[in-house]
Amino acid sequence: MSEQNSVAFVATESIPPSPPPSSQVGAVKWLRENLFSNWQSTLLTVVSLLLIFQILSTLLPWVLNGVWTTSSLSECRDVLQGKFGACFSVLTERWNQLLFGFKYPSDQYWRPTLAFVFLLIAAAPVLFFDLPRKMLAFTVAYPFVAFWLIWGGTLMAPIVAFLGCAAAAYVFSAYGKTNFALGFIGAIAAALVVWSVGAVLIPEGANDSAILEHVPSRDLGGFMLNMMLGVTCVSLSIPLGIALALGRQSNMPLIKGLCVVFIEFVRGVPLITLLFVASVMLSYFFPPDATVDLFLRVVIMMTLFSAAYVAEVIRGGLAALPKGQYEAADSLGLDYPQAMRLIILPQALKISIPGIVNVAVGLFKDTTLVSVISLFDLVGMIRGPILGGSAEWNGVYWELWGFAAVLFFVVCYGISQYSQWLERRLATDHR
Amino acid sequence: MSELAIDREIDRSKMQVSDEIAIQINGMNKWYGAFHVLRDINLTVNRGERIVIAGPSGSGKSTLIRCLNALEEHQQGQIIVDGTELTSDLKNIDKIRSEVGMCFQHFNLFPHLTILENCTLAPIWVRKTPKKEAEERAMHFLEKVKIPDQAHKYPGMLSGGQQQRVAIARSLCMKPRIMLFDEPTSALDPEMIKEVLDTMIELAEEGMTMLCVTHEMGFARQVANRVIFMADGQIVEQNEPEEFFNNPKSERTQQFLSQILGH
Ligand SMILES: Nc1ncnc2c1ncn2[C@@H]1O[C@H](COP(=O)(O)OP(=O)(O)OP(=O)(O)O)[C@@H](O)[C@H]1O
Ligand SMILES: [Mg+2]
Repeated sequence: MSEQNSVAFVATESIPPSPPPSSQVGAVKWLRENLFSNWQSTLLTVVSLLLIFQILSTLLPWVLNGVWTTSSLSECRDVLQGKFGACFSVLTERWNQLLFGFKYPSDQYWRPTLAFVFLLIAAAPVLFFDLPRKMLAFTVAYPFVAFWLIWGGTLMAPIVAFLGCAAAAYVFSAYGKTNFALGFIGAIAAALVVWSVGAVLIPEGANDSAILEHVPSRDLGGFMLNMMLGVTCVSLSIPLGIALALGRQSNMPLIKGLCVVFIEFVRGVPLITLLFVASVMLSYFFPPDATVDLFLRVVIMMTLFSAAYVAEVIRGGLAALPKGQYEAADSLGLDYPQAMRLIILPQALKISIPGIVNVAVGLFKDTTLVSVISLFDLVGMIRGPILGGSAEWNGVYWELWGFAAVLFFVVCYGISQYSQWLERRLATDHR
Repeated sequence: MSELAIDREIDRSKMQVSDEIAIQINGMNKWYGAFHVLRDINLTVNRGERIVIAGPSGSGKSTLIRCLNALEEHQQGQIIVDGTELTSDLKNIDKIRSEVGMCFQHFNLFPHLTILENCTLAPIWVRKTPKKEAEERAMHFLEKVKIPDQAHKYPGMLSGGQQQRVAIARSLCMKPRIMLFDEPTSALDPEMIKEVLDTMIELAEEGMTMLCVTHEMGFARQVANRVIFMADGQIVEQNEPEEFFNNPKSERTQQFLSQILGH
C-alpha cells in the first residue's frame, strides 16, 4: 500500500483541540436525540405532551381558583359561584386538627412543634455522619426530651426511663464484652428493675402538679401521631432487625431457632391483625392492673413487624459478603462484636440500604392503619371528625386526601432521596 | 507451573533458625463430616524457619494452615502456637490470632476502609494502640511494601499485586511473630507475583517465621529452609529444598514434581 501505511511514523505537529460541530451541542441536539429521534418517539412525545396538558389544564384552575378563607363547604360554593375550584379552607380551618388531632390541648401545640424541631437536630448527626460527633449527645437525650414535651406530666417519668436505659447500657458494657448473652440479658433485667422501682417511687397524682400539663396517649393525633409512630418504630426496628439477622446466623441452635420462628411468624401475619392484638388482646399478657399505654402497645407491634422485615433484608446483605471478610477479621484477632461492628455490618448494611429504606417507607405509610383501631392519626382525623363528624366539611374529599397524600409523599420522597445520597456517599468499591 | 526466577541476591545473614519452638503439632486429625482431611499431622516449626508447603490440589494444605490460627477447628491432637495451646477457649484463640499473621489468596482487604484504615484497624481495636502510633506504624510497613502513596485510597482502586502487599502490611502491623501465607500469588499476573514474592523475601531476610503454601518453586528453592509435601491429608515427605527437589524419596513426590516442574 501507500507510504502512509509503512510501519514507522512520527507525528510532525501537534493538533490543537477545537470545539465540536454545532449540531452536536445545545438544546437542539438534546431535543432531537431524546424526544424526536424517529417517528415512534415523536408520536409518543406528542401524546405525552397532550396528556400532561390535559392534566394541568384541569388541575391548575382547580388549585388557582381555590378558596382558602371560608368556614364551611357551602360558603366555598357561594364564593366560587359555579366556578371550578378547590375548597382549601378546610385545610386552613382544620390545620391544627390535621397536624395534632382534635383532643390535644390547643394552647400546648408549641410542645409537639418544638419536639419536631428538636427531632431534626437529633437526627442530623445520625443521618449525616460528617457532622461533629458531639452532637450525638443531644440525640441520646432526645427521646426523653421529646417524651416529656409531647406527653408532659411529671419530669420523673422521662428521668426514670433514662436511668433505666443508662443502667442497661452500663451493665451491657461491663459484662457484654466477656459474655454477650449474659450482658444482654443482664442489661434488660437492669432496665426492668430500675423502671419498676421508679414506677413505685413516682407518687400517685404526680402528673397533676407538673410543669407541663399531662396529655394522655389517647389525645394524640393527626400527622403528629404518624410521625411519632414512624420515627419511633423505624429507629427501633433497625437495631432489632440487626439483632434478629445476626441471631438467625448464630451457631447456637436455641437463639437461631427463636429468631427464625419469630421472623417467620411475624412475616406471615398481616400488620392489621397485630394492631388489633395490640388494641384489645395484649392486655391479657400483662398483669390485670397494669395499664400498658396504647401508644406503647402499637409501637411494640409495629416495631416487631418491621424488625422482621429489616432482619430479612439485612440477612441478604450478610449473605452477600464473601466469607473471606469474616476470615480476615478473625485472622486479625478481632472478637465477634468487633468483627461485626467494624467489618461485617458496615458492609452488609450498605448493601441493605435500598431494602431497609423500602421497609421504612412502607412502615411510615402503614402508620395510617392505626386509624382502624380508633386512633385519630391523619387518616383517622380526616375520615372521622372532619369528613364524617362535621356538617361544614362533609364532601371535601379531594382537598383533604390530596393534602394527606402530599404530606406523606414529601416525607417518603425525602427518605428515598436521602438513601440515594447515602449510597453515593458510601460507594468506595470501584469495581 | 512456571518457576519464576528470583533475580536478586538473598541476604541470608539474619535468616537463622533458632532452637526455640514456634509451632508444635502433635498427632493432629481433622474431619469435614465423615471426610478425613488431615491425618495424623506431626510437625515442629522452630523460630526463624521458612517452610513451604506443597502438594496437589485438595491435599489439605489450606486446611492445615488454617488450623494454625483456628480458622478451622481440629478434632484430635494438639496444636501449640507460641506456647499457647489451641483449644476451644476463645481467649487463647484471640491471643494466637493476634500473634499470627495470615495472607489469603484473595487478599480479603476490607473494601469499605482505606488502605491506611485497613492497616490500623486491628492494632487500634485489638492491641489498643493509640491511633497516631498505629498510623505511623502502618505508614512504616506500607513504605516497606512500597506503596505509601496509596495510603488514602480504597482497596478497589489498587492492582492485585498492590492489594496483596497491603494485605501483608496489614498483617505486619500487628507485629506478628509468625506469618502464614495461603497461596498468596496464585490469583496474580506474573509481574505482580514478582512484587509480592519480593516482599515475602524481604520478610524472610528479617528472620520472620513463615509457613507458606505456594506453587512458586523458585521461592521454595531459594528462600525456604524446609519443604513439606502433602498428599491426601498426610505429610508425605519433608526435606531441605536442595534434597527435596533433586532427590525426592517418595513416589508421590516424584510424580508431583515431574508434573509441576514439567520434567
Ligand atoms: N468446608 C469444607 N467442607 C467440606 N470439605 C471441605 C471444606 N473445605 C475443604 N474441603 C475439602 O477438604 C480437602 C482439602 O481442602 P484444602 O482446601 O485444604 O485443599 P488444598 O490443598 O488447599 O487445595 P488447593 O491447592 O486446591 O487450594 C478438599 O478435598 C476439599 O474438598
Ligand atoms: Mg488451598
